Amino acid sequence: MTTKPLKLKELAKGEDRFAHGHRMCAGCGAPIVVKQVLMATDYPIIASNATGCLEVSSCIQQFTAWKIPWIHSAFENAAATISGVEAMYKSLVKQGKLEDKQVKFIAFGGDGGTYDIGFQSLSGAMERGHDMMYICYDNGAYMNTGIQRSSATPFGADTTTCPAGDVIPGKPQQRKDLTRIMAAHGIPYVAQASPAHWMDLMKKVQKAFEIKGPKFMNIISPCNRGWRSRTDDAIMLSRLAVDTCYWPLYEIENGVTKITYKPKEKKALIDFLKPQGRFKHMFAKENEWMLKQAQEQVDAQWERLLKEDSAVREEKPAEG
Amino acid sequence: MGKIVAVTGNEACAQALKQINPDVCAAYPITPATDLMQRFSSYVNNGQVDTELVLVESEHSAMSACIGAAAAGGRVATATSSQGLALMWEMLYIAAGTRLPIIMPLVNRALSAPLNIHGDHSDGMGARDTGWIQLYSENAQEAYDNTIQAFKIAEHMDIRLPAMVCMDGFIVSHSIERVEYIDDADVKNFVGKFQAVNPLLDLDKPKSYGPLILTDLYHEYKRAQHEVMTKVPKVVLEVAAEFEKMTGRKYSLFETYRLEDAEIAIVVMSSAAGTTKDIIDQYRDKGVKIGLLKPRMFRPFPYLEIADALKHLKAIAVLDRADSFGGYGPLFMEIASAVTSMDTKPAMINKIFGLGGRDYLPEQGEHVIDELINVAKTGKVQTVKEYIGVRE
Repeated sequence: MTTKPLKLKELAKGEDRFAHGHRMCAGCGAPIVVKQVLMATDYPIIASNATGCLEVSSCIQQFTAWKIPWIHSAFENAAATISGVEAMYKSLVKQGKLEDKQVKFIAFGGDGGTYDIGFQSLSGAMERGHDMMYICYDNGAYMNTGIQRSSATPFGADTTTCPAGDVIPGKPQQRKDLTRIMAAHGIPYVAQASPAHWMDLMKKVQKAFEIKGPKFMNIISPCNRGWRSRTDDAIMLSRLAVDTCYWPLYEIENGVTKITYKPKEKKALIDFLKPQGRFKHMFAKENEWMLKQAQEQVDAQWERLLKEDSAVREEKPAEG
Repeated sequence: MGKIVAVTGNEACAQALKQINPDVCAAYPITPATDLMQRFSSYVNNGQVDTELVLVESEHSAMSACIGAAAAGGRVATATSSQGLALMWEMLYIAAGTRLPIIMPLVNRALSAPLNIHGDHSDGMGARDTGWIQLYSENAQEAYDNTIQAFKIAEHMDIRLPAMVCMDGFIVSHSIERVEYIDDADVKNFVGKFQAVNPLLDLDKPKSYGPLILTDLYHEYKRAQHEVMTKVPKVVLEVAAEFEKMTGRKYSLFETYRLEDAEIAIVVMSSAAGTTKDIIDQYRDKGVKIGLLKPRMFRPFPYLEIADALKHLKAIAVLDRADSFGGYGPLFMEIASAVTSMDTKPAMINKIFGLGGRDYLPEQGEHVIDELINVAKTGKVQTVKEYIGVRE
C-alpha cells in the first residue's frame, strides 16, 4: 500500500473512522489525536483501548464512535490485549484461515494507563516484538477519575492528589520520560508528537505503519478540565508545549534520534504554564523557585536531546 | 482405542492441548502449572501445533492477551495456578462477562501468605464467582478428559463461556499415572472446528468490544450471564454422553460412589476422593452404609441434582481443601445450600483438610467417618467446622 498524501483538502474528504457524537469534553485533545492518527492511513486498523476518558466516552452501551474493530478490556492492559488480537491474526493468516489484509494494530491509552498501571503490559508487549503501535495520549494526570497525579504529571502541577498546598506546593517530582524509556526497549520506532503539528504527527504515524514490529508514540493531549485552561486552547497549548521545548517533537528510528521540528525561537516555559490554572500557584512570589526549577528541567532535557539529534551529530562527529 | 501411557497430569493436559491445537496460547510460568505450558512450548517450537504462543510478562497479561485473542475470533487456551490465578482475577470476570470461551487448566495450589507451592483448592474457590465454568478432576485421566470436554462445552453455541479444568497441584499434576489417550483424529473430530462469534478480525463488520454500561442495563447483562450459566449442566451432560460413546468413560455433573443405599456420606472433590473411596470400601466391609459424592462441575453448581442424590442420608461430612475464613468451607456452603431444598435435612459437618499440600491420610478419613456414624446415630453435631490433620 502506498502512503497517502497528506493534503488537507483530501483528508477532509475522507471518511471519519472515529465518528462524531462521542461524549468527550468539548475542547479535549484526545479525540483530535485519535482522528489524526486514524486519518493518516488507509490501512485497516484494529484498536484496543485502556480504560480511561477516551474509552468511557467513545463506547457506551449500544453506541460506539469507533468505525473500526475496537476492544476495551481493562485499564492496565491495552498493550497485552492488542498483542492477543495481533497473535490471533498472525495465527489465522499463517494457517490459511484468514486472508492477510495488512491489518495494523493500535493500542490507545492515556498516561495513567501507559506510564503507570499499564507500564508492565506495555513493556512486555514491546519486548515480545508484536507488530503493533502503542499510542499514549498524554494529558498529564488521571483525568477520568478527577485529575489525580500520574508519573506523567509535570513538576509543580496542582492535581487533586498533589494539590498546591501551603507545605507541598503541587507535584514535587519531575515527570517520567516515557518516550526515552520506550526507546531503551530497542524497538524500531519511537516518536513524540503534538496535535498542533498535525502534519508531523501524521507523517510519524505513516512512517510507523511501514515498519514491522513494535512502535510507540507519545502524543501530548491537552485536557482543559485538568489543566484548567480555556475550552478552545487545546491546539494553542499543544503548540506552546512544542515551542517552549516542554514537549519536543522527535523520533528515534532504529536507535537514531532525529528532532523533527525545532522552534525558530525557543519560548520561555512560562508561556506554556501561564494559561493553565494547574500552575497558577507557581507564579506566587514564594514559589518562584518552582518556575526556575521547571525551566531548568526543560532546558536540561532539550540540551540533551539536541546533543543526540542525528543532524547535529553528523555536523560534529564525536571526539576521539 | 487410544494409546495407554504413564504420564503426569500436566503431561496429559499438555497432550490434550496438543491434540486440540489452539490458535493462540498466552501463558506465564507458575509452579505447579509451569510444566504444562513448558511441554506445550516444545510442541510449538517443534512444529507439532499451529499455535501462536504469546509468552507474556505476567498472568494478568496472559489473560488479557487470551481475551484479545479470543475476541479476535479463534480457539484460545492458557494454564495457571495459585498466585497466577489471583493476579488474573480482574481479567477472569472480563473473560466471562465478554462471553469468550477460553480454556484454562488450573493446577490447584495454595495461596500466599505464607508462600506455599503445594496443592489445595484456595485458588479455584477464590475464582468461583467469576463466571467461569469449573470442572474438577480426580486424577490425570480426568484432567485429560475434562480438558477435551471443556472446549466443547465452552464453545457450545448456547454457552460461549470460559472454563477452568482443575487438578490438584503435585498430587495429580506431577504424579505419573496410567492414562488412556484418545487418537488425535478422534479428539479433533470430537472438539470440531472453532466457530467464531462476532470476531474482532471481521473488518467488514467492525465490532466494539467492552462498552461502558451503567445503571440502565448492567443489571440485565448480569442476569443474562446468570441465565447462560443455567444452560451449562445440560450441555455438560450432552458432551459427557458423546464423550462416553467415544471412550467408554462416563462423566456427569458429579460422581457418586456406593451412595445409593448409604445412610451417611462424604462429599469431597478431586484427588482426595480416590483415597476416600478406599476408606469407604473398608467401612462397607464392616457393614457401615457409607457412600461418597464427588462434585465434578463446581460452577455452575448443580444444587438440585446433588440434593436429589443426597436426600436419603442421615448425615453428611463435607471435606473442603480450602477455607473461607470466618465462614464455612466453600464446598460445605454449597452442599448446605443444596440441602435447603430437602424435606428432611441430614445433619452436616465440615472438615477443612489438606491445605498447602498437607497429606490427606486414610486415618483422617476414618476419624471423619467415625464421627459421622455418631452424628447419624444421635442427630447431634458438636462442631460444624473443624480442621483435620492438624499438628497440635
